[in-house]
Amino acid sequence: MKLDLRIPVGWMFTLCGLLLTFLGYSTSGNTELYGRCLGINVNLWWGLVLVVFGLSMLVLGYRAQKMLEKEPGGPR
Amino acid sequence: MLNLTLVDWLILLIYCFVAVGIGFALKPHMKTSSDFLLAGRALPAWICGLAFVAVNVGAPEVIGMGASGAKYGLEAAHIYGIGAIPAMIFLGLFMMPYYYGSKARSIPEFVGLRFDEKTRALNACLFAAMTVFSAGISLYAVARLIEGLHIFDALFYARGWPLGWIFGFSVVLAAALVMAYILLGGLAGAMYNQVVQFLLLVASLLPLVLLGLKGAGGWNGLRTSVAAVDPSLMHEWKGVMHAGTNPMGIDIIGIGMGLGFVLGAGYWCADFRVMQSAMAAKDMGSARRAPLIAAIPRMFFPFLLILPGLLAITLPTPHTTTVVREQNGIIYHETNVASKEAEAGKGLVPAKMDAVSGQVMLDAGGRPQLDYDMATPKLLLHYFPTGLLGLGITALLASFMGGMAGNVTAFNTVFTCDLYQAHIHKGASDGHYLAVGRWATVGCILLSVAAAFAAVQFNSILDTLQLAFALVNAPLLATVLLGMFWKRATGHGAFAGLIAGTIAALLHHGLTLPIAAHPGIHGGWIAIVHAYPSDMTQNLFTAICAFSANFIVTVVVSLCTKARVETEVLGLARVRAHIVWWKRPETLAVAILLAAVALNIFFY
Repeated sequence: MKLDLRIPVGWMFTLCGLLLTFLGYSTSGNTELYGRCLGINVNLWWGLVLVVFGLSMLVLGYRAQKMLEKEPGGPR
Repeated sequence: MLNLTLVDWLILLIYCFVAVGIGFALKPHMKTSSDFLLAGRALPAWICGLAFVAVNVGAPEVIGMGASGAKYGLEAAHIYGIGAIPAMIFLGLFMMPYYYGSKARSIPEFVGLRFDEKTRALNACLFAAMTVFSAGISLYAVARLIEGLHIFDALFYARGWPLGWIFGFSVVLAAALVMAYILLGGLAGAMYNQVVQFLLLVASLLPLVLLGLKGAGGWNGLRTSVAAVDPSLMHEWKGVMHAGTNPMGIDIIGIGMGLGFVLGAGYWCADFRVMQSAMAAKDMGSARRAPLIAAIPRMFFPFLLILPGLLAITLPTPHTTTVVREQNGIIYHETNVASKEAEAGKGLVPAKMDAVSGQVMLDAGGRPQLDYDMATPKLLLHYFPTGLLGLGITALLASFMGGMAGNVTAFNTVFTCDLYQAHIHKGASDGHYLAVGRWATVGCILLSVAAAFAAVQFNSILDTLQLAFALVNAPLLATVLLGMFWKRATGHGAFAGLIAGTIAALLHHGLTLPIAAHPGIHGGWIAIVHAYPSDMTQNLFTAICAFSANFIVTVVVSLCTKARVETEVLGLARVRAHIVWWKRPETLAVAILLAAVALNIFFY
């Protein structure tokens, strides 16, 4: 299979993470919204975690793809 | 009740887009029936390993383990520890060389190569029926979850559609998404999606458990609050020596024989739904490493799957409360209305409601029947704010679809290779079988939609699935093990054993009943000879009966019939590859075993 799974996974987590981070940032200080989760802005923090995970997947995925294309015999 | 905002919907949409997108990206590679049914046997070990564990982290696991956590406590972790880990190691070390090396495309085909065509056909039929049933249960679970979380309620109100249609609407919607990515990407599409679903699940259950533990005051806080509900729930092993002193009501023989051997090995070593992922590996080394890689996340899963259930029963039960406060001379009455099912429940676990009468359902003892399956979803609603809630719901829905997809891809392979090609239409072109594989996918999904509507009768999803499993896979395990490790086993023996095992399972189920259940679908439909303390115990012993009956009958009949010539019996040669010691599957296996023992000591 020529599709490196880390690429779609990376995109998905980066996009979801960005959405959450943005939401968390714009709602920071909203005690009503975050009262249920012990006053922690979970959207912001977990969004950042997901962005980091997503981006590292993307880097690894695209690097593997590039290495494969450099190999003799073309991409596999 | 549930207020999803734009961000929640966007996250759900991103996931659907990725799921179908993977299908489209793989579509150009689907040229032969092998590409479609076996993923071309070209996948790396890590994808196979993650898909191997993810295929079973569908509805039965996420909801069922949460439910078991709330119902039985940490003892539910046995399924992980004693059942799964040794079985996966055994599979990787000893069984995979035969499965993968025989070049069989499915387990029934392996049975056919080792024994004969009639055993293969019997196994293929039983297995196909089980996959359709399980796919139906997964669909039912998705729809129940959507209904229980009131995801589409606002949409249905706005359109003026009756709310009773949500169940059917959700079943069809989930079935359509799974069908799309399987038809486009085949087994590879399903496996890629299972990895995505697995990662999503970790990404949403991890913050849930962390928040829950923080809310409960850490591990010790949880311990104290669980002790207030039922102290036996916090121990994996205490009280196992006697059936009366542990929450599941199983003694050590039941746990050891049932979970450790028959259920664990039956699932992880002889179930084609999980095996198909490992068999799609690109070479023997990857195929053997896949179950070992899968064992690593598997060890840490009790933490993510069972704890939400435990956390849910320790939180206070919602009650209708009225708070009176005065602001600027005006008196406000704030009423927080809890629904009838929530008030009758235990912790966050609601009671079951009769859809017809609108009353709380009672068990034979007159207590409200608890809807344990809602434990994890309720905890999600309790802790997650909008945003993260979207991610959590997406992960739950996605993992259900993954479990269903595993059943569908197993069905289409078994149907195409073991029933259609072997018995209905031999020697057709590969393109023909590719088309049959696609049509089998459609057929399986349509049947499972029907099964989803029939599944409304059952109480706990995991218990139901284990019943189907005890009927089909527990006897098969004896057949496969004898086939691999006893060359004297014959085709007639295996055939007779398989029939005897299935009948023994049916008889056992028909003659016994869990306490506090009504006779019928839960057992006791012939007569009640013995009562078990729980569904789970009953299923364990059903599995043990099936396995033992098959084992004994196969051995006896084999000894009475003519053996095959030794050279005909396949896969007996074991080739040892020359790899550096730390890369060998054996090294990985020992490390995993040590870690599993350590975890069990910690949770004693």
